[in-house]
Amino acid sequence: MTGAAPAAIELSGVSKSFGPVAANRDVSLTVAAGSIHGIVGENGAGKSTLMSILYGFYEADSGEIRVRGEKRAIRSSAEAIAAGIGMVHQHFMLVEPLSVVENVVLGAEGGPWLKRGVAKARAELARLSAQYGLAIDPDATVGSLSVGLQQRVEILKALYRGADVLILDEPTAVLTPAEADQLFELLRALKAQGKTVILITHKLREIMAVTDWVSVMRRGEMVAHVETARTSPAELAEAMVGRRVLLRVEKAPRKRGAPVLEAAGLSVVDGRGHETLRDASLTLHAGEIVGIAGVAGNGQSELLDVLAGLVQPARGVIRLDGKILNAADRNPANLRRLGLMHIPEDRQKTGLVTAFAAAENMILGYHDDPAFGPGPLLSPAAVRNHALSGMQAYDVRPADPALKTAKFSGGNQQKIVLAREIERAPKVLLVGQPTRGVDIGAIEFIHRRLIALRDAGVAILLVSVELEEVMALSDRILALCGGRITGERVADEADERDLGLLMAGVSERAA
Amino acid sequence: MEIVQTLAVILDSTIRLSVPLLCAAMAGLWSERAGVVDIGLEGKMLIAAFASAVIAYKTGSAWAGLGAGIAASVALSLVHGFAAITWRGNQIVSGVAINMLAAGLTVILGNAWYGQGGRTPPLEGAARFGEIELPLVETLKSVPVLGPLYDIAVSGHAAPVYLALLCVVLTALVLKHTRFGLRLRAVGENPAAVDTAGVSVAGLRYAAVIICGALCGLGGTYLAVSQSAGFLPQMTAGKGFIALAAVIFANWRPWPALFACLLFGLLDAIAIRLQGVALPGIGQVPVQAIQALPYVMTVVLLAGFIGKAVPPKASGLPYVKER
Amino acid sequence: MSAAPIELPRWADTALVPVVSVAAALLVAGLVVLGIGESPLEATALLLKGSLGSLEGLGFTLYYATNFVFTGLAVAVAFHAGLFNIGGEGQATVAGIFAALACLWLAPLPGILLVPLAILAAAAGGAVWAFIPGYLQAMRGSHVVITTIMFNFIAATLIVYLLVEVIGKPGSMQPETADFAKHATLTPMHQLLAPFGLKLPTTPLNSAFLLALAALVAVWLLIYRSRLGYAIRTVGANPRAAAYAGISPAKITMVAMALSGALAGGLAVNEVMGVQHRLVLDFTAGYGFVGIAVALMGRGHPVGVGLAALLFGALYQGGAELSFDKPTITREMVVVIGGVVILFAGALEGLFRRLVAGTLRPGRGG
Repeated sequence: MTGAAPAAIELSGVSKSFGPVAANRDVSLTVAAGSIHGIVGENGAGKSTLMSILYGFYEADSGEIRVRGEKRAIRSSAEAIAAGIGMVHQHFMLVEPLSVVENVVLGAEGGPWLKRGVAKARAELARLSAQYGLAIDPDATVGSLSVGLQQRVEILKALYRGADVLILDEPTAVLTPAEADQLFELLRALKAQGKTVILITHKLREIMAVTDWVSVMRRGEMVAHVETARTSPAELAEAMVGRRVLLRVEKAPRKRGAPVLEAAGLSVVDGRGHETLRDASLTLHAGEIVGIAGVAGNGQSELLDVLAGLVQPARGVIRLDGKILNAADRNPANLRRLGLMHIPEDRQKTGLVTAFAAAENMILGYHDDPAFGPGPLLSPAAVRNHALSGMQAYDVRPADPALKTAKFSGGNQQKIVLAREIERAPKVLLVGQPTRGVDIGAIEFIHRRLIALRDAGVAILLVSVELEEVMALSDRILALCGGRITGERVADEADERDLGLLMAGVSERAA
Repeated sequence: MEIVQTLAVILDSTIRLSVPLLCAAMAGLWSERAGVVDIGLEGKMLIAAFASAVIAYKTGSAWAGLGAGIAASVALSLVHGFAAITWRGNQIVSGVAINMLAAGLTVILGNAWYGQGGRTPPLEGAARFGEIELPLVETLKSVPVLGPLYDIAVSGHAAPVYLALLCVVLTALVLKHTRFGLRLRAVGENPAAVDTAGVSVAGLRYAAVIICGALCGLGGTYLAVSQSAGFLPQMTAGKGFIALAAVIFANWRPWPALFACLLFGLLDAIAIRLQGVALPGIGQVPVQAIQALPYVMTVVLLAGFIGKAVPPKASGLPYVKER
Repeated sequence: MSAAPIELPRWADTALVPVVSVAAALLVAGLVVLGIGESPLEATALLLKGSLGSLEGLGFTLYYATNFVFTGLAVAVAFHAGLFNIGGEGQATVAGIFAALACLWLAPLPGILLVPLAILAAAAGGAVWAFIPGYLQAMRGSHVVITTIMFNFIAATLIVYLLVEVIGKPGSMQPETADFAKHATLTPMHQLLAPFGLKLPTTPLNSAFLLALAALVAVWLLIYRSRLGYAIRTVGANPRAAAYAGISPAKITMVAMALSGALAGGLAVNEVMGVQHRLVLDFTAGYGFVGIAVALMGRGHPVGVGLAALLFGALYQGGAELSFDKPTITREMVVVIGGVVILFAGALEGLFRRLVAGTLRPGRGG
């Protein structure tokens, strides 16, 4: 960080909104030339938006970008490329049926005929491969390559276009640990060649392992900027989730009942063949809240989905009330009948049909209930009255069952889901992100309801990216990292530092 | 010798019957490889057939007819592009609309202008494409087998036939070996990759849609100004859809599409020849069974019972930058 | 350009958008009329007079509207499940074959049994021809749009084969079956209403019209008042939420397609059993495709579909009368109007929504 060289990238006062949502608020960032600079933050903290602005995919509403000290307007990806910026997106921007070399030259073909450009790219690929140890077959079809190799193609694409600054968005999300280590080695090699690397991630281990500097984003704002050598995972974790806003929820000591839901050795394998949940075992007792602490993307969603019957496990056993659920039992309709209700993480995509009236969403999943009408028909009055009483009991505003669900605020939408699932007197309640995008008043309300339910003897599994919420509500806390349960704590004895380490997968203390 | 003669004649009519399929199939291929689904090939061919017949009749020039056919078809293409690319509308809905527009407009205008129930007046002389005798036909005539094949099947077609075959070569060449072709293949698979590479997605898709229109124009013109001597209502008779089937059958690749079209043309030629003929051992094969074969084969293929049809990944999807 | 759908007040969404697109479509038609040297106003007057100006005209209008109700509902039901069924023509064709076979083979039965059985046969035929594409999409991943197109052509060749080779009237050169027995056909409306003292002119309007009205009510009940309809709409609006709710999108896809095909079969009931009284080639006459326009214009709601069917019925009948007086304006004008409506109310919906939104909120349009 010699004072003489201008910073590779300098952002000042960058703001960007999508409709009413402010994704970036007055963000400033300086990235020194020839460094590896990490940007950490929770999902939705605004990291990807910021980098998309830098790469010209979106235009900022306000703010300034300087590249090597020079002010630049970057309105398109083409202009970003011209400014020497390359980006490896989280979802690869590759054309799978095309070959490696065709992907590399796309948009930089060097003339109307491919032959010359491809020959040049081949030579350049050979050179880059030798320089950075990035062996790859230029004629292989990209779709047939492993994810790690595809990422290599993305990096080569950027380098081929003469990128000086390379942005990597969550590059390890799809990699095995060994592939990730290889990537870090490559990043160091790039740095040694004088390139600047910006690494976006929510994994603290990576930040500690490879970066020189780190910036922390939270809720669209830049909240910290430190030298990696002078910080710790715990400190970063705290900066990511925010200072403890004393979140107190009054609750009586738990009256733990019999085990209700038991899972043993559950594993989930996704479409790409990655094991997203590994050998998870847990037991939920009546009358307790078990919280799952973890940085988003570490297997929480898969845990909820597999318990709710939305995804079938690759291995493992689930028992409800002591009875093993076989594959035929594990569908959402049947699980509901057995008293297992589910408040999904994403209410708009999964929990609600936003185009429906509120009353119609109040029967989602229960439309076969005879209470809602005679025989094959639904009675509008019954559906409406059911919705009205539920909406009033849960203080949904406006309490208008005919209003289109999309028109309610996030908090009120969440209350609709909550009212629907809780009112059914569940034995087990799976809760995902109960207060995401919900205003303060509604948060309190939702928390009180969940506690009341626990006191009434319901077994609750709570997944939330808000660590303080998990700590405030839970009786026991399980930490998830990389799809594995990395530890268990009794909530009263847990502290944020300790949990942060479990979430980062760096704790030594045995569970 | 007679077998060779028969074979040559069948091959000849196969080529004639497959030309409109070929043009429409290449057209569909361009559009769909760029990610724009087009079930309006039929309508575009129809309007081109009409426009070309009208202008060829007016000017007495088949080539002027071709120009008009292409212009009319491209105009409809642009409507499709406007709906599908600029306004991100439903591409299927837009295709249906275009088919209906063409089916209605051609009859109304034809009837209003010529009062013959939608037909255009018969074309004569230079208003139709004449048969082109390829060189060396006389010299090669004496060569056994190849001579008559060359004479009957290869030579003696009208200009649009050779143009259509040229289009296959050009399509294959451009798609595989040019910058434009590479970008076009990419935009149908992953438009975001093209966008992040700094290339305009809409620009590429409009270009593809225009090429699609031009090729449908050629196919429609061939029907009215070469194969027939004028326009008849609904003269495309589902050829645009068989072409769609051919594209699927060929897995969206030009050379296999040529063979699929020739195969479907051959089926048509055989169906015509077999009408009322009893085959030894089988008896009379219903013509309809042969006619239905392209459609049945396409359904079976799509269902993955034989092989697997893999359309371009982004086809049918309007491109929206995602958050 | 914003990617978010443009929000409109509900009344504008349900009424204004279709009205504006139809107005634009009629404008285009007017320009075409002008282009061929006729007066659009005179044409409109003749059209209205021909379709609504007499009891006879009205009878014909309602007869055509019957066809559009069935094909429009067929498209609408599939739409609610997020499916695009453009196979109405083929489904109606197969329905016609089934109905004809029932009418011919079950002729010994009394009419009170035969007619309902033949109607059920028509529904079953249409349902089968739509279920297969539905099954292929749900289980094998082939898209219903392409398969229903292919099935249209397969049905078209099938009916030719059957009429020419198998069930054609012996000795006839026409591709048609023998006439059905008198008791196997539907009662014409003028006969049906005669006992009530209503004297109507002879038109093709028959009791299938009542069936169409019943279908409108039944589809309304199904879609908006039944558990199955709820499941259908959930799958159409948000398949993920449907899976979360324990509704199988695959099953609903097949059921919705079968229902859609059964409704398309109503076209065969009206044409084959109600008017032709025998199976003829091409009795579907493009009604299946116009049904797409009817469904889009009616926003998928039975009330809208009924009104749109009436409009297209009037255009059909008025168009026929018009072409009688003005031979230069043929009935194909209706096809053009249908096409433009589909384009405007369907594919260019975004543009029209923006136009309407811009007019409602001047200065903030977009």
